Amino acid sequence: MTVNVSVTVNGMRHEISGVEPRLLLSDFLRDTLGLTGTHVGCEHGVCGACTVLMDGHSVRSCLTLAVQANGSEITTVEGLGTPETLNVLQTQFREHHGLQCGFCTPGMLMTGEDLLRKYPLATDEEIREGLSGNLCRCTGYQNIVAAIRSAAALRRENA
Amino acid sequence: MKPARFEYVAPASVDAAVETLLAANGEGKLLAGGQSLLPLLNFRMARPAVLVDLNGIKELSFIELRGESVVIGALTRHREIEHSPLIASRLPVMSAAMRHVAHLAIRNRGTIGGSLSHADPAAELPMMAMFYAARLTVQGPAGRRTIAAKDFFVDALTNCLEPEEIVVEIEFPIPQHDGWVFEEVARRFGDFALASIAVSIRRGQSGIEDARVAAMGVADTPLRLEDVERRLCEIEIDVRMPDRFCEWVRSSVSPNSDLHASGEYRKHLLGELARRALKTALAAKGDRR
Repeated sequence: MTVNVSVTVNGMRHEISGVEPRLLLSDFLRDTLGLTGTHVGCEHGVCGACTVLMDGHSVRSCLTLAVQANGSEITTVEGLGTPETLNVLQTQFREHHGLQCGFCTPGMLMTGEDLLRKYPLATDEEIREGLSGNLCRCTGYQNIVAAIRSAAALRRENA
Repeated sequence: MKPARFEYVAPASVDAAVETLLAANGEGKLLAGGQSLLPLLNFRMARPAVLVDLNGIKELSFIELRGESVVIGALTRHREIEHSPLIASRLPVMSAAMRHVAHLAIRNRGTIGGSLSHADPAAELPMMAMFYAARLTVQGPAGRRTIAAKDFFVDALTNCLEPEEIVVEIEFPIPQHDGWVFEEVARRFGDFALASIAVSIRRGQSGIEDARVAAMGVADTPLRLEDVERRLCEIEIDVRMPDRFCEWVRSSVSPNSDLHASGEYRKHLLGELARRALKTALAAKGDRR
C-alpha cells in the first residue's frame, strides 16, 4: 500500500503520492524532497542529528513516519537562514566556533531553536540538559553551549 | 527505508482502533508517540502486519481536573504534561519528574499512554502512576474497564492488557501533602534512571500524618513502598529520621546488576537519594528538585 503525503516544508507546500507508510520522515526529507541538510546518524533516536521542527516542536525525523507529517509544517535546517542571511543562532554558532565536522550541527541548531522558544536558558546547566539528546563527537560541547548561551542572551536583550 | 512493510491504518476513534486491532488478529501494533516503537521497527525487532496510528484520535489528548483527581488523556504528550500549570499545582512531583523524561525531542512526541503501556521499569511516568496510585481506563472489544497501576505493571516491559485493549485515560488522585521531592540519578541527563525516588508527606502536629514513597530502577516494575510509608507515620520526626528512612528503603529493594550498575550500587544509591529526599521534604514545603 502507498499513501499521499501533503506537507509544508520550510514554507513550501509538497503533495507527494505513492509514499510507502514505512518511509521515515528523515528519508522522505532527504531522498524524496532532496533536502539533505537533515543528517541521518544512528537512525534509532539516540544521536539527534536528524532533528527537525514539526509544527514548531523539535522531533527526531528518524522516529517519525513521513505519513505522520501529513498536514503538518516542517522546518529543516535549510529553513533557518540562507548563507548570506544566517539567523541569530546560526550566527552565534559561527561566532563561537560551535561546530567542527558539522555532522551534528543541523540537529544541534534545530534543538537549539526549540530550546530558545521553550526555556529561559539562564544557566549552562539548563542548556546542557536541553542538549542531552544530541551527540557531538568533535567539539566537547563547550562551544555549542557558548553559542546557545550567546543566542539566549541576545534574545533577552532584544525582548 | 528501515522498518519492514506494514499496513497503515489511522482510525478516528477509539472504537475504530479497537476494531482494527481485532481485525489484525494479533498482528496489529498501536502507534502513539512512537519514541519506543519506531526504534524497534527500524531495527526490525518488531514487524507488525498492521500499524494502528492513534494520533488522529484528538479526544485522547487532554489534561483536566475531575473532582479530587487530575485525569490525563492517553495521547497527551510529555511536553504538555511538563508545561501544564494544572499538573504543576496539583501533581507537583509529576511536574518535577517530567524534565527527567528522555530528551526534548522525545518529550515533544512521546505520550503518557504509550509510556505506561511500554512499562519500562526505569521510566518516570510508570513510576508516577505507582506513586499517585493512578487508575487506568482501557477500552477493548468488551467495552471499558479500570485497572489500578499496581495491577497494570506485570514485569519489565510487560503490562496486563489484553491484545485488543487500548489505554484511554489515566486518573491521578491528588494527595493532600505539603512536602515533596523527586530525586533521580542517570548516567547522562535524560537517560533511563539508575535509581530514582519520589517522596511526599503531610506533616501533622507531632509527626508525619500521611506519606507516599515510590522508587524505580531497582526492580522489574516501578515500586510503591507502602511498608516504608507506614513506618514513616509511626515515628516522631527527629534528626535520625532520614537515616532510618534510608535503611528502610534499602532493605525493601533487591535490585539486579546489569551493564550500567551493580545491584549493590543501585541499592546504595537509592538509599542516599532517599535520605536526601526526606531531609528536603521535611525542611521545605513544596521544594522542587
